[in-house]
Amino acid sequence: MFKTITKRTAMAAALGAFAFAAMPAQADVIDDIKERGTLRVAVKADYKPYGFRDTSGAIIGIEPELAQDVADELGVEIEFVPVVSSNRMQFLQQGKVDLLIATMTDKPDRRKVISIVDPNYYSSGTNIMAPKSFGFTQWEDLRDKPVCGIQGAFYNKKTGRDFGAKIVAFKGTAEVYAALKAGNCVAFVYDDSSHVATLEREEWADYEMPLPTIDDAPWGLAVALGETRFHDMMGDMIEGWHKSGRILELETKWGVTNTPFALTMHDQYK
Amino acid sequence: MDAFFEWFRVLYDETGINLPFLYDSYDRNRMIDGFFMTIKLSVVCLFFSIIIGIIGAWLQNSPFKWTRRIMNGYIQLFRNTPPLVQLYFFYFAISSLLPTMSNGYGGQQPILGGFAWAAISLSFFAGAFNVEIFRSGIEAVPDSTIEAAEALGFSRLTIYLHITLPLAIRVALPALNNNLVNLVKTTTLAYAIAVPEMLYEANQIWSDNVNVTEMMVFLLLTYFVLVGVLVWVMHRWEKRLKIPGFGA
Repeated sequence: MFKTITKRTAMAAALGAFAFAAMPAQADVIDDIKERGTLRVAVKADYKPYGFRDTSGAIIGIEPELAQDVADELGVEIEFVPVVSSNRMQFLQQGKVDLLIATMTDKPDRRKVISIVDPNYYSSGTNIMAPKSFGFTQWEDLRDKPVCGIQGAFYNKKTGRDFGAKIVAFKGTAEVYAALKAGNCVAFVYDDSSHVATLEREEWADYEMPLPTIDDAPWGLAVALGETRFHDMMGDMIEGWHKSGRILELETKWGVTNTPFALTMHDQYK
Repeated sequence: MDAFFEWFRVLYDETGINLPFLYDSYDRNRMIDGFFMTIKLSVVCLFFSIIIGIIGAWLQNSPFKWTRRIMNGYIQLFRNTPPLVQLYFFYFAISSLLPTMSNGYGGQQPILGGFAWAAISLSFFAGAFNVEIFRSGIEAVPDSTIEAAEALGFSRLTIYLHITLPLAIRVALPALNNNLVNLVKTTTLAYAIAVPEMLYEANQIWSDNVNVTEMMVFLLLTYFVLVGVLVWVMHRWEKRLKIPGFGA
């Protein structure tokens, strides 16, 4: 397990000091966790393979394993709290969990309400899933072909304008999957991490995610605002994961092709 | 023209009123395409729903029991189910039962796309109402007029086409106007099966630009004008068809 404290950048130190000075003195969350003997982590329970339930109902996946690493580091038991996208930040803000690792995209407005830890531990981007028989290899192959999407997704415009695809957008993923199966469109443009999960299923065995991922957006794990010591510790944990290739190892274990982001970060920190 | 469109970019910078469908050429083309798609869908549905109405009202008075029963079954089915459900039903259920054809690059696609299903579904939906509307007109034609025509040796079809229908249309027009106005508004539902009409395009534009308010105002005004034009045309037609002494 990674233990040494790596050099923090002057920026992070300055930010940390500022956050510390801004908050009133209070019991540190790390002390609380150790006293309680359990680390409470918010994870997804419906986002295979990043966080989902096995047949016995236990939450497993890449993010729960990362959380387990943190609990091991602290020498405490772990407790998973299943969250969804719309309530995950509130769980952290209200102190119902100590740590949030739940496929959350790192955005500036989110950084205002919770303390997202640098560096980012993961990322997802835009890709398509299409029948293997079409043999798409590049985004330009989609020109003038009907491509399904979700109404309102920001990459519909890019796929339509830059790559010339005719976007056929529906309200939800269920309609898209029906339309894709029926042949109303030749591909489905969406989050690559969602495709990874869908393609795991038997019914989509003849489909693939063939293109290079674009529009990569990083995911952030977070602690509550003001928890400087825990924040710094998590920063070191993430650097350690990247350095040791832990993320790559977990991707392989859970059947995800190594993502460019994880590979790049591993190169950067090793 | 470019200067005119650029003015709206300045408007956005200065006031925050964001109308990307004017200054962004990609969004502009989308919105124009959406506008014409709405018009095309409306015209096709108006035409076929009226045809369905006229033929249906004639079949409703058929001497054959089963023709009448099938006609009434059709009316009940389409009048008593929501148009959105019908669209989904046609697009996802019926479409998957039909044979497929090659899409030109090694795959199969359904014979009919979103537009065709929207046109079929909405025509049948509005057609069901039109049948009843025309029936109300037909029943307003006095029996004695029909009997007089029969006495003169007209067949059932020629009585319907030359005597009953011209009189019936005049009685039915106000109710027909109502239904056709509703039909034009109902075309917005086609966005659920990804027909790129105005609401669909506006939805995508406001998602990309987070300018929901502006797009909503624009949509409302556009439909107001569009339906206004239809109402004006129908009123003109109503006036031209007016026979002094007939009706009220």
